[in-house]
Amino acid sequence: MRLKTITGRDKIVLTLMAGIPALLTTALIWIPALGSVVLSFSKWNGIGGFGDIQWIGARNYHDITHNYPPFGPAWHHNLIWFAVFVLIPAPLGLFLATQLDKRIAGSRIYQNIFFLPVVLSLALVGFMVELIYAPEQGLINNLTGHTKPGNLVDWIGNPHLNLFAVLTLAVWRQTGYVMILWLAGLKAVDPALREAAALDGANEWQTFRRVVLPSLRPVTIVVSVITVVETLRAFDIVYVVNRGKNGLELLSTLVTDNIVGEAIRVGFGSALAAILLVVSVLVIVPYLIVTFRRED
Amino acid sequence: MRPTRSTQPTRPMRLAQPRQSTRTTRLGGVRPARLTLHAFLILTSVVWLIPVAWALYTALRPFADTSKHGYVSVGGSYGVQNFSDAWSQADMLHFFVNTIVITVPALAVTLFFASMAAFVIARFRWRFNVALLVLFTAGNLLPQQAIITPLFRIYTNITLPDWMSDSGELYDSTLGLILIHVAFQTGFCVFVMSNYMKTIPREISEAAVVDGASVFRQYWQLTLPLCRPVLAALATLEFTWIYNDFYWATALISTGDKRPITAALANLQGEFFTNNNLVAAGSLLVAVPTLIVFFALQRHFIAGLTLGSSKG
Amino acid sequence: MSSAQNSPYAQGVSRRSLLRGAAGLAGVSALGIPTLSACSSGGSKSVSIGSNGSDPVPKQAFQSLFTAAQTATGVKTKINTVDHNTFQQNISTYLQGTPDDVFTWFAGYRMQFFAQQGLLHDVDDVWAAIGGNFSDAIKAQSKGLDGKYYFVPDYYYPWGLFYSKALWSSKGYSAPKTWDDFITLCKQMKSDGLSPVALGEQDGWPAMGTFDYINMRTNGYQFHIELMQGKQAWTDPKVAATFDHWTELLGYTSPGANGRKWQDAVTMVMNGQAGMCVHGLDQAGPQFQAAGKTDDLDFFAFPAIDPANAQDAVEAPIDGWMMSKKPKNHGDAVKLLEWLGTTNAQNTYLTSAPNDVAAASNPDTSKYNTLQKKSIDFVASAKQISQFMDRDANPTFVSTVMIPALQKFIDDPSSITSGLSSIEAQKKSIYGA
Repeated sequence: MRLKTITGRDKIVLTLMAGIPALLTTALIWIPALGSVVLSFSKWNGIGGFGDIQWIGARNYHDITHNYPPFGPAWHHNLIWFAVFVLIPAPLGLFLATQLDKRIAGSRIYQNIFFLPVVLSLALVGFMVELIYAPEQGLINNLTGHTKPGNLVDWIGNPHLNLFAVLTLAVWRQTGYVMILWLAGLKAVDPALREAAALDGANEWQTFRRVVLPSLRPVTIVVSVITVVETLRAFDIVYVVNRGKNGLELLSTLVTDNIVGEAIRVGFGSALAAILLVVSVLVIVPYLIVTFRRED
Repeated sequence: MRPTRSTQPTRPMRLAQPRQSTRTTRLGGVRPARLTLHAFLILTSVVWLIPVAWALYTALRPFADTSKHGYVSVGGSYGVQNFSDAWSQADMLHFFVNTIVITVPALAVTLFFASMAAFVIARFRWRFNVALLVLFTAGNLLPQQAIITPLFRIYTNITLPDWMSDSGELYDSTLGLILIHVAFQTGFCVFVMSNYMKTIPREISEAAVVDGASVFRQYWQLTLPLCRPVLAALATLEFTWIYNDFYWATALISTGDKRPITAALANLQGEFFTNNNLVAAGSLLVAVPTLIVFFALQRHFIAGLTLGSSKG
Repeated sequence: MSSAQNSPYAQGVSRRSLLRGAAGLAGVSALGIPTLSACSSGGSKSVSIGSNGSDPVPKQAFQSLFTAAQTATGVKTKINTVDHNTFQQNISTYLQGTPDDVFTWFAGYRMQFFAQQGLLHDVDDVWAAIGGNFSDAIKAQSKGLDGKYYFVPDYYYPWGLFYSKALWSSKGYSAPKTWDDFITLCKQMKSDGLSPVALGEQDGWPAMGTFDYINMRTNGYQFHIELMQGKQAWTDPKVAATFDHWTELLGYTSPGANGRKWQDAVTMVMNGQAGMCVHGLDQAGPQFQAAGKTDDLDFFAFPAIDPANAQDAVEAPIDGWMMSKKPKNHGDAVKLLEWLGTTNAQNTYLTSAPNDVAAASNPDTSKYNTLQKKSIDFVASAKQISQFMDRDANPTFVSTVMIPALQKFIDDPSSITSGLSSIEAQKKSIYGA
């Protein structure tokens, strides 16, 4: 349907329908976001009026790249995070969803169990990290007999292990979330198409590849975007464990470290946020434009 | 994932009479493939439940016992004392009410706004479609902390009458908290919902145009009812997220008593000493409403995110 | 000011009316709701109190404290309780938003910073009344850099080496006074199959106490405080000497410290798996108390390293009260703070907080337990009092530079050689030198 076919009054209504939400998002998300970009060229502790802001050009960006040891590791960790989220929760969620789609007994119960981690509060997840990974008190070290000074496995403190220990829990939460999306998509695959494929002699895998997967394309778009978003915004578990230090640095924890708290370093933190924003936009926007165009 | 031989014989039957074959399968029920599948799912479920079960086990024990014997131990006493203590010490009822007052309007307005914007993006071709989609979706990308400094300034500079905010500002008001939830969550919902709406046959609204229905009627009376499943799905997810939010609640509300239930959990944690068993019990209590919402909406939910097909 | 025109807020503010429109629209469903908390507010003349004691014990203690305050002074109060962590994280926006008249905070740079930023009201008039109640060391900790008072001390707790009396008497250990004796004791404990020093550094701050003490014992209080204030270089060989001593001690520190919560470190001491731990009474005390073992807990001063500095300096963080920039009820707030600065008021609070000591001198010790009494002598004998790294230094520097550096040092002590120059470079960028 084209706008030409509708009346002038309808045009006003349509403008309002899209305009009010867009205005709200612009006012409370985009203006502050652009504000952060502007502040990234300043040195400011976030206190007082705008006259107190000292403008220092690109020095924060220079400091971030030359004089901020956690920046490199944070990138590295975000990339690992992304790789793990692409390789495990996305396909595992799809696999679980495919199995649960087979009209099996107790499907709803399984779904509830896999979704459960999504609803748990962060306070609880943080405590679970202790219960599972703590050196003397943790479940894993106790079950495997690694609680003595000579042989204990330092899951949270060892910077070579802790990212993967935390990612295990992150995957645990992400899988259920993604699984629900895949499952919903699978319910929408037209059974007639599958039957037709089977009549053509396709086996289960071939049917999946040729019929199911193409029908899942819109869900695939949603899951892809979510995977990117959840990677870039990955924050809470890491923060609750040790505020993103000692091997758990992520871009979002660096932003928080500098922007939230006392004697804050707003300019520096905003520069980190601006870098994150530019990267996000460069990843997501071309993807959205391409997929949107292709659909039209 | 190659099909095992044993699955082959049932295939043609299922194709011929799908419904009946399902029943046959259930009654027969002993196919090795199905057993393997159940074994796999049960095993995965157990692994999935271990952390929660372990937290529950700990929540049932007094702090003195776990402190003395360690968390990985049995013995001492067990009971629901931590649960009732958490409930009363954190004044949970009060904070649950706050959460409802925040979550329900935020959720309703988010879904209303998002469905309108998605309707425009999905059903009408105009110049700004891609730009709008980007505006909404990409607005979802930034971590909350990245926008807080300017946002705080905006919030303290917007004055409101007393009946809207007892602080006189958007800062430290329930309304301000609801607004930021709406602004922050609308993007994701527009993204999902516009994908969904594209799958609804255009013929429906085209017929309505012939009838002379206004665009708002096309949206409200024709499109929205068809979106009920996706609305239920998003309602579940958004309820979970808004309900579990702690960041906005602490950054934009300075009065402790106005904060939501997540703050009640934080209140159980002291400057130095924290009874984690108590916090675990409290956290499990707090998780209950989200689970109830999930149970209640699950049926719609599963039918809901039918993003790709024309089945609706 | 010209920069303000370019700032994003100029736009933000000019869009106020627009936002208000949107707000009104969304607000329809929230009518009358924002007044939820208003029901609980007292009369218009009450003083609002910002409290960070949200967990049951301090919450109860504050409640009874302000009930007593009303009886004593006639000042009505309204307590706004926020959990400790959130309160700290949001202090900057809290003070710039709608702060309470009087609120809980900490002594040291952490107080001075906000005074310097003009976010506090001085309390010189309060001190005219309460000055006689406090020692000079505590007075010094209550002043801003401009020499005015901004802080009314409430209580403090000492840091030291905490141990289980039962374990020590069964093994025949005694408290070392010098570094050499300390290391000898550690060796003994190791051969007895114990972890000599338990450390739980997962949260990033506990190891700072060890640094503060080793640095003060090695280089003296003055150097330590100047280092904290950014006036001394981290590349100074004196700092390297501090880390050399610490490296020696790490050989006797429980492995896996970066992955352990401090609570578990205290538990190791309590359960006889570890010999001792460097902590504050406010941390070790409640853990022992919750397990019903208060009588088993004891502590001693961190041993001397350089005889010139002996054991003169004591780390004893002080918590207390401050007044926000524009209190709605200044007169009553002053009256209230005057009362809060009395021995009597502080004892009222401490009856339910047995792991702290009243900051006022000559407290009524009849209700104090052994450790509280010991703490008084311990701090009274100190020639200087330090607060804690995250209270004496710029908190952003501590959280973004020092925590990572200390955790890395604990993971790999040799990393500190190159680490110190990185710390110094980052310090310059943050302190703006």
